[in-house]
Amino acid sequence: MLKIRNLAKTFFPGTPNEVRALQGVDLDLPEGCFAAIIGTNGSGKSTLLNAVAGTFMPDRGEILIDGVAITDWTEYRRAQWVGRVFQNPFAGTAAQMTIAENIALAMRRGLRRGLGAALKNSARDEMGDRIRTLGMGLEDRLDNPIGTLSGGQRQALTLLMATWLRPKLLLLDEHTAALDPKSAAQVAELTREIIRRDQLTALMVTHSMQQAVQLPDCIIMMHKGQVVRQYRDKDKARVRVPDLLSAFDRIRRREQLDAAVADILNAQYR
Amino acid sequence: MTLVIGAFTIGFILSLLSIGVWISFRVLRFTDITVDGSITLGASVAAILLVRGHSPWAATLAATLAGGAAGLVTGVLHTRFKIQELLSGILVMTALYSINLRVMGRSNVPLMNAQSLSDPAARMLTRLAGGDALMIAGWRVPVQDLAMLLTVTVIVVGVAVLIRFFLMTHLGTALRATGENPQMVRAQGINNQTMQVFGLFCANALVGLSGALLAQYQGFADVQMGIGMMVWGLASIIIGEALTGRITPGLALCGAVMGTILFRLLIAIALRWGLNPNDLKLVTALFVFAALVCPSGIKALGNMLKGRRNHA
Repeated sequence: MLKIRNLAKTFFPGTPNEVRALQGVDLDLPEGCFAAIIGTNGSGKSTLLNAVAGTFMPDRGEILIDGVAITDWTEYRRAQWVGRVFQNPFAGTAAQMTIAENIALAMRRGLRRGLGAALKNSARDEMGDRIRTLGMGLEDRLDNPIGTLSGGQRQALTLLMATWLRPKLLLLDEHTAALDPKSAAQVAELTREIIRRDQLTALMVTHSMQQAVQLPDCIIMMHKGQVVRQYRDKDKARVRVPDLLSAFDRIRRREQLDAAVADILNAQYR
Repeated sequence: MTLVIGAFTIGFILSLLSIGVWISFRVLRFTDITVDGSITLGASVAAILLVRGHSPWAATLAATLAGGAAGLVTGVLHTRFKIQELLSGILVMTALYSINLRVMGRSNVPLMNAQSLSDPAARMLTRLAGGDALMIAGWRVPVQDLAMLLTVTVIVVGVAVLIRFFLMTHLGTALRATGENPQMVRAQGINNQTMQVFGLFCANALVGLSGALLAQYQGFADVQMGIGMMVWGLASIIIGEALTGRITPGLALCGAVMGTILFRLLIAIALRWGLNPNDLKLVTALFVFAALVCPSGIKALGNMLKGRRNHA
């Protein structure tokens, strides 16, 4: 489904601020797989997600969705296949427009937008039905500006909007990190429900090991711009938070050694 | 009476400019100074076509498209060539000064006996009145003035209604979201840069239309007439927002029209009281400054104008 081949990106090349954010990432995400990306700060997990979303062009490498190379597609063109939820709850919606208008925008994600009325009655009925499933009482507030809602409510709506038309791929960029614990749990639960129900392929960046263990089908561990470890199927079923932490610890300790020594030790421990 | 009719007519004409500024400044959140040039462009294109004997409709339409083209250039400079928004506007505005001189061939084109959009209305009113003036509440009002007021009212109401419905379409909602949250707009599969260029086209087309009507009303086009127009538009929409708020596009549009007319009336009164016309732009700029620095003061002004409804 999603294939990433040897993807690399260096920001500010040739300057003191040079950041080698992605250093040859390879990844295969099968159809219907819900994967979490974890990693330390600066490991390139968000950069990887943004590369798939198309916010910047990679230096080399390839990104394929369903066998189609989308590497040089623009961000807005990829949106026809890719739904996104951002870390900032305010980033996914237009605050001064009403809930209904925001959803109307999402109802035509990647489609042609003509001069038809955005809010037909049939559309409003559909909105009401689907928003009711959130159980937040928002179905009665369709004509309120979306900026009057709480962060959790806005994030739930953004998630609903990103999946209103079934995306081939759903990208979640730490989408619960900026919420209070209760809302975060709510949105996480909603994420699980929607992905299960629509059998979506999804890629989620998260800082929370807890979330990485509980929610997804597989875990991708990143470090220094590379995928260092993947937990799938049985591995994933067995893995617990302490295992992930000690895995990170091992990686970090390995780093403190001289690179050559690390290579020798690596060979022995394998 | 002439003063009131004059203020209303020019208020309606300039409310098209205000709607244009509202689209760029409030909807797209783009500070577009092109306006100062495109209103003159509209006026000069209309004037030169009218002098050459073309129909007023054709001249007005051409002026509208010319204004739109100016906005298009500003948009392309900003999106394709990554020039700052204000600077792209300044470049186009400066270029337009020469272009306007080229279009007119000189700095001023009078419209002596040229046709105007208000001619049909004038003929109709003359037949109704049986003379070239009407008596309204004891005042003698020239048919010409009344005809112009009638024509611009119809045009402005028509344009405002059209824009109100456009902003509620799929394309219109995409345009509104572009100004608010370009990132979200891209994530919904919309090319935000194309929308920006398109929005600037619409905004400056309205400004061009406003210029064409202004030339026909005052009977000449002048290369200097655009100076300070953008700030006037801003002042008008700020007054409008104090009157109606800016929650829905419909209300905001009504506010822009009402704000412009009120602003014109205030100016007419101030001039009557002896304000030096030379100080007009300074006063306007100070007003916009005050409004931007303390919006609450303007809200209080709005409440005062609305009869202190909120204080009762």
